[in-house]
Order: sequence, then structure tokens, then C-alpha cells
Amino acid sequence: MRKRVIFEINSIYRDNFRVTGYEFGEGEKSVCVVGSTRGNEIQQLYACSQLVKRLKRLESEGRITSGHSILVIPSINPYSMNIKKRFWSTDNTDINRMFPGYDLGETTQRIAGGVFEAIKDYKYGMQFTSFYMPGKFTPHVRMMKAGYESVKLAKQFGMPYVVLRNVRPYDTTTLNYNWQCWNTRAFSLYTTTTNQIDKESANTAIRSILTFLSKQGIVDYSSHDGFISTVVEDTDMKSVRTKVSGLFESKVHVGEEVVAGQILAEIIHPYEGEVIATLTSPVDGIVFFSHDEPLTYANTAVFKLIEREV
Amino acid sequence: MIELVASVGLPVDEVLEIRKNRMIPQKGLTGQEKRINVVTGIHGDELEGQFVCFDLLQRIKAEPDKLTGIVDVYPAMNPLGIDSITRGIPAFDLDMNRLFPGNREGDMTEYLASEIIADVMGSDACVDIHASNIYLTEIPQIRINELHQDWLVPMAEQLNLDFIWVHGASTVLEETFAYSLNSRNVPTLVVEMGVGMRTTKAYCEQLVDGIMNLMHEMGIWQGETKKPRKPIVSVDPEDVIYLNAGHSGVFIPEAKHWTKLQKGELIGRIVDPLAGEVVEEVISPVNGVLFTIREYPVVDEGSLMGRLLREEVCDGWEELSR
Repeated sequence: MRKRVIFEINSIYRDNFRVTGYEFGEGEKSVCVVGSTRGNEIQQLYACSQLVKRLKRLESEGRITSGHSILVIPSINPYSMNIKKRFWSTDNTDINRMFPGYDLGETTQRIAGGVFEAIKDYKYGMQFTSFYMPGKFTPHVRMMKAGYESVKLAKQFGMPYVVLRNVRPYDTTTLNYNWQCWNTRAFSLYTTTTNQIDKESANTAIRSILTFLSKQGIVDYSSHDGFISTVVEDTDMKSVRTKVSGLFESKVHVGEEVVAGQILAEIIHPYEGEVIATLTSPVDGIVFFSHDEPLTYANTAVFKLIEREV
Repeated sequence: MIELVASVGLPVDEVLEIRKNRMIPQKGLTGQEKRINVVTGIHGDELEGQFVCFDLLQRIKAEPDKLTGIVDVYPAMNPLGIDSITRGIPAFDLDMNRLFPGNREGDMTEYLASEIIADVMGSDACVDIHASNIYLTEIPQIRINELHQDWLVPMAEQLNLDFIWVHGASTVLEETFAYSLNSRNVPTLVVEMGVGMRTTKAYCEQLVDGIMNLMHEMGIWQGETKKPRKPIVSVDPEDVIYLNAGHSGVFIPEAKHWTKLQKGELIGRIVDPLAGEVVEEVISPVNGVLFTIREYPVVDEGSLMGRLLREEVCDGWEELSR
């Protein structure tokens, strides 16, 4: 294992801002894994830290195939993590909306540019990502339909689900999209949580990455093959929305099977304690995403369900 | 008349309301009137538009008989952001100007965006007023996507501002309020001026003069208006020089905003207060006019400290800067 600074800028009163990478093996740039890009992505950081630990052991056992190098960057935004702020510490910009970056541009453009220069030539790119809405996910691999995606490859992770979604304008400045534009096979990995550690889903993701690498002949790793992934289009998921705001009390958890008509959650009047709305499942299916904050706004998609037939 | 544009109940004993003030001719409506929409407050930390809305309504109210069209004034598109000094939509940490055209069936933020677009649709002109952020001060200017320049530049020239900046098209801008409306045939001008969290009265009055002039051109206003100033127009990306910090530190400006500088002239210094050292002298790389200047002193490496417009495109600057 070699630890090196991928990108660094100085600061007037803080320690230098550093993006640190861990390299394993030697040879062609085979795989790059990126953890947190935002300050609240603790689970993404944790998952990467555990991956570093596993790869270190595999390397010491001689189980990284000769001719392949693997780079893991646990966080490209330690500054924001250290002050518990989601976006960039000074101007609140999102590094994951700055790719491919610009080395003469503004600070977060330079960070994105410096990191991207170091990671753009890898054959496979994986990013632990988070959703903009607070909630928990069933672990899955997500790909944008940018024209370069390969469902066949994505299924080799053995994650429970592979989710495909259409590209929106803001996606064009994300790491995943730009990796694809530079011919890297890019995958976003979603574990269950964001600002809380969930060991089980982190381990699922790490096992999935190692399974994938094993299938590409990059590491010698034996485990069960994981799941036969179900492929789902984002647009095919059934959203369950709140009609009113209030206190949110979920009755189910992510990954749970539900039947049509089953109560998923209740919205409670914040002053009077009465149930003011009951949310029920429109289909038989699996809870793929669940809101996990105690308050909810009206019109919020608090659940996303995958219909059982899908 | 104050009207509700959109509302949504918040979790604890509060309703979020977006409101507008509709001014109509004293004689009532015939159905043939033209309509202009003046919109601001998409970013909660940009307050220059607040005085513009106030001053515009005051001028119309002072001579209500001169109004021959419809004027819709929306001072607070993001009321929670304005109230909490938050640029984006609080709680969601989302930039409201990346949510348009919205989705009526979407979440709260997308729903509000779609209701706003629905309310503005059908307008004959729209002015979307932004201040700069808290970091930079801008001269009064209009920014136009190159895709819409043929349509919008002649209209922008009516607005009495100093600079029209036609910039390149970018996919990420397709979810802005202005792009959404322009692509739906509602001509929408984006004004940038002043600085975040402040109001600059002179800039605001200058813009209101321009809005009254545009209203006059459209047949909405029959009162007297001032002849608009002739703005500098830039369509070539090479016209604009960006000054980014090479070091972190505290930026101390030496040059004045909206002044002409010679190549090699000192714009400012980045200093290290701990070491008591100058870490960088910021020098003008060309002859040009400083139209953007850093307002917030602390800079990281890469922070924008200013922008220059090459002197070759600054015809009329002397007149504009008086």
C-alpha cells in the first residue's frame, strides 16, 4: 500500500487541504474508488476506510493480480467533513458539481480538476454517493443512461439492485458523468445511510466491489457471488408522497416486503398528536427508499417502492 | 393587488407562501394588455431586488393613470431563504435556480418552482433580478445565454444598465428560471448587480429607470421615462479576464471598482496577517475595465478576486462611468 497526496492547496489559518489516496498493486490504472465528496457523507468515508483495510490485507497476501493498480480516495472533501458542513467550507459550492474541473478556476473547480486529472484514466470508476433527500436506501448500483453504461457489468457487483436513471442537466458536472465521458466505466454505489454508519450495508458494498474486481481478474477474492441483481429503471419506482406536513412516523424499514394497502407511515399533527394522514402502499413490493427524519414536508416522496413484478 | 402564487404547509404551524403584487390599469382590463413580470429573491442572500420592487411599485402608484398594462412584482421567490439569510432553500440545501421548470407532482421545492413558472407563463417580458453573491460586487449588468441573444439583446438595451454579457450555453444552466422561461417563449432577462446581503440604492434606481423604459416601449407605461444609457456589449468569451487567487490569504483591494486599468497596474494584494507578509500582488494582465471586484476579503487559492473587460470592447465606458 502506498499513501500519497493526490491534490493539495494551502489555507491561511487551517492545515493544508489534502486529498489523500491509497494505491495498491502496480501496473495499468485498473480501478479507482472514491468515497465522500460532501462533508456529511460519513458512511461513504467509512466504507472506503474498510475497503482500504481489506485491500491492504489482500495485497500483503499477494492477492492483487500483477499488472493492475487500484486507487482508493476515502474523501475528496476533508475540510467540509471536519466542520460538519455538506458543501465547500467557504462558498457552499458542491465539488460533485464541478467536474471535470478547471485548474485555473475557482477553488472547488481546482479541487475537482486536480482530482480528476489523477483519476480520469482508470478503466473502472466507483463512487460511494448519497442522495439529496434524507433517507435510507436498499444497497444498489446506480448508473446514468449517458450512453456508455453497461448493465451486464453492473450486475457483476452482485448488489441486490441495479438502478438506471436518465441524465438531468446538473448531472453533466458530476464525477460519474465525466468519468464516463473519459471512457471510464463508472458506477455509483449506494449503501443504506449517509451521515450515520451502517456496517452491514458498508460490508455489502465492499464485498460487491471485491466480487466485481475478482470477476475482472484484478484481485483474487473468493466469496459467494452476492445477489442476482434486479435491474430497475428509476422511473418505474412507485413514489409514495405526503399530502400534508408534520411529524413522520415510519412503520416499515428499507428492504422490507410490503403488500398493497399496508400502512407505511403516519403523519402526526405536531401540536395535537393526532394522526392527520396515513400513507399506504399502492403495490406489492419492496421498500427501496425510506425517509428517515422526524419531520416531513408536504409533497415529499417519503418512500420509493419497487413493485414485486418488476 | 397582492395575490398568492403558491403555498405549502410546513411541518410546524406555518404556511410557506409566495406572493406577488399585481398592478393593473385604473380603467380595468380589456384582455389586450401586455404584461411584464419583475421577479427577485430566488437566492435568499441577494437583496438588491428588494429596493427595485419597492421603488417600481412606488413610481407606478404615484401615477396610476399612466399604467396601461399589467405589472406583476414578485419580491420573494424564496421567502424562507430571505428570512434566514440563506442562499438556497433552507432545510433542503438546494439552489432554487436549478429546479426550474419544476414538477407539479414533485417534492415541495419542485412543486413551488412549477407553480411559479405557471404563474409567469404568458407574460410578454420578465426581469429576473439577482445581486452578486456575498463575495463579489458587480456593476449593473444583464447576462444572456448565447442561445437567446438575438431575441434578448435588443430588449436588454432598454434596461438602462452598463453592461450586457452574452455568455456561452451550458447544460447545467438549463434548469434556471430564465432558461426555462426563455425556452418557453417568455423573454426573460437576468440582471446581476451589486453585492449579496446588501442593497445599492443607486444601482436599484438605475434599473427601475430601465424597467420603466422597457414598460414604455412595450406600451405598458405612458408616463415619462429617461433615455436608456448605451451599454457595453460583450459576446466574445475572450473579452473577459478572470482574476483568480494564486494563494490563500486576505485580499486587500487597491484599484477601484468600474475603473480603467493599464496592463501591469496593481489591483490589490493578498496578505498573510499571521506572518505580516504580502503573499501575492494582483496585477492587471491587460488594459481594461474592472467590472467585478472581490468584496469578501478572505480568499482560498482559486477564489475569484475580480474580472476585467478588455479595453477594446469598452467603447462608451467614459460616459457610463460618470
